[in-house]
Amino acid sequence: MNVRDVANLARIELSDEEASRYQEQMDHILHYVEQLNQIDVEGIEPTAHAAAVFDIVREDVATGTSISQEAVLSNAPQTAHDQIKMPKVVE
Amino acid sequence: MKAASLSIAQLRSAYASGDLTPADALKSVAESIDSVDGDIGGYLSYDLDLALRDAAEADLSLPLGGVPIAIKDLINVNGHPCSCASKILDGKYTSPYDATVVRKLREAGAIPFGRTNMDEFAMGSSNENSGINPCHNPHDLDRIPGGSSGGSAAVVAAHTAVASLGTDTGGSIRQPASHCGVVGLKPTYGRVSRFGLVAFASSLDQCGPMTKTVEDAATLLQAISGACDRDSTCLKEDVPDYSDAIGKDIKGLKIGLPSEYFAEGLDPEVKAKVEAAIKQLESLGAEIQEVSLPNTEHAVATYYVIATAEASANLARFDGVRYGHRAEADGLIELYKKSRAEGFGDEVKRRIILGTYVLSSGYYDAYYTRAQKVRTLIRNDFEEAFSKVDVIASPVSPTPAFKMGEKFSDPLSMYLADIYTISANLAGICGISVPCGTVSVDGKELPVGLQLLGKSFGEADILRAAHAYEVS
Repeated sequence: MNVRDVANLARIELSDEEASRYQEQMDHILHYVEQLNQIDVEGIEPTAHAAAVFDIVREDVATGTSISQEAVLSNAPQTAHDQIKMPKVVE
Repeated sequence: MKAASLSIAQLRSAYASGDLTPADALKSVAESIDSVDGDIGGYLSYDLDLALRDAAEADLSLPLGGVPIAIKDLINVNGHPCSCASKILDGKYTSPYDATVVRKLREAGAIPFGRTNMDEFAMGSSNENSGINPCHNPHDLDRIPGGSSGGSAAVVAAHTAVASLGTDTGGSIRQPASHCGVVGLKPTYGRVSRFGLVAFASSLDQCGPMTKTVEDAATLLQAISGACDRDSTCLKEDVPDYSDAIGKDIKGLKIGLPSEYFAEGLDPEVKAKVEAAIKQLESLGAEIQEVSLPNTEHAVATYYVIATAEASANLARFDGVRYGHRAEADGLIELYKKSRAEGFGDEVKRRIILGTYVLSSGYYDAYYTRAQKVRTLIRNDFEEAFSKVDVIASPVSPTPAFKMGEKFSDPLSMYLADIYTISANLAGICGISVPCGTVSVDGKELPVGLQLLGKSFGEADILRAAHAYEVS
């Protein structure tokens, strides 16, 4: 793994010091994780979820307990005109 | 009367007899925090005025009427800060709603009071990853309280809280409970709603009680359990009366000892304490037999693929856009990258990077799918064992609480210390840590915990066994 490339995918900027420290630690962890390759998993179904329950549905009706727009915007770093303000996206 | 020194049951008696009111209790807890917590760091914040307003309306007839409960800082309480012990949220986020567990606590009469310290976003086993301030073990301030619910365990142990809520993704309730000498219960996956908990690894996280007694754990579990229409993974399984399990004998209860959990790597003194506790259970009428969990050695590797994968997806929401820290940046991508770089600590960054890698194109099957298959094998091990026994007994942690800094620069050595707790999360089963004595290290008495694991929705079994042991 190249830590800097993966950090870019994860949208985290790394300093040179972090990149080299994490690289060493991550190589160590991945080496350990590779023991999973030694296990015979032929024909074994993957478990995504400890309790195998699927397709939980409910009536498609509004419950009327949504959080107000004001409450949501109160945590936003920057707002304008009752909306969350962002830097320009389109060049 | 120091309210924070009491158990839930004792505090309720003090209310009933008129010796204390909820307002007295809250002020007393706040005084205990002010006098003791400076050295421990179990709390990140508390708001006495807000709690006193709740206390004025407390209905003492309810099961938790007027009882203050400390809340791990990743659980949303309307009007309280929720920082997850991370700089990305600290001072920048106030919860606009109650988590379901908090709503249920309020319906049972409890008062959420105080935000407890933790490893940032619940990632860690020592609380050293708190992005705000360290938390110390009340039994030896040079040692870790355990993690990630280190604060929730420390405040109960230090008598600066009556009881608390923690969360457990790989042992984060049971391990700090063991290191601090309190009771901690991780419910079965799907027993307790996760709505309003800031997610770390969604298929593993569960919220549970951390208390002074097993009886209190049953009372708190009763209050927070049950189906939730805002968490489709929370199951519609009936909630039994857990107080029924308290005070029942354990004659004929079949307890299994997994040979893999008593092997190399277990501190001899910890082993002696746990074995003595098992002897005690046997003398109370339990039938002890050996069981095998052959895939134990793969649990840590499996966990760190699955948990980091889920974390990398869950923590994508912290991007400087809708809430939390926003860095100064020119463009959108730079805003994401700088906000996350400035807001997250080392362990969170490492786990997001590892999780992103195991989910990335070309590596997904080799790591993530494979880990999910090994997870099935681990689950099968437990199914096989539970076809023979009702409860599995083991240590919680291979050693007593280690020194602060001891494992900090070597993440893998820290991960490996979770070997006895991680499998229960992968299998989705329940588990409890109950104190089983102390060992002397450097002139200090350090607590040791006995772990009792139960079948899915077998909380009554482990509460019954833990209570029988506790009072014997």
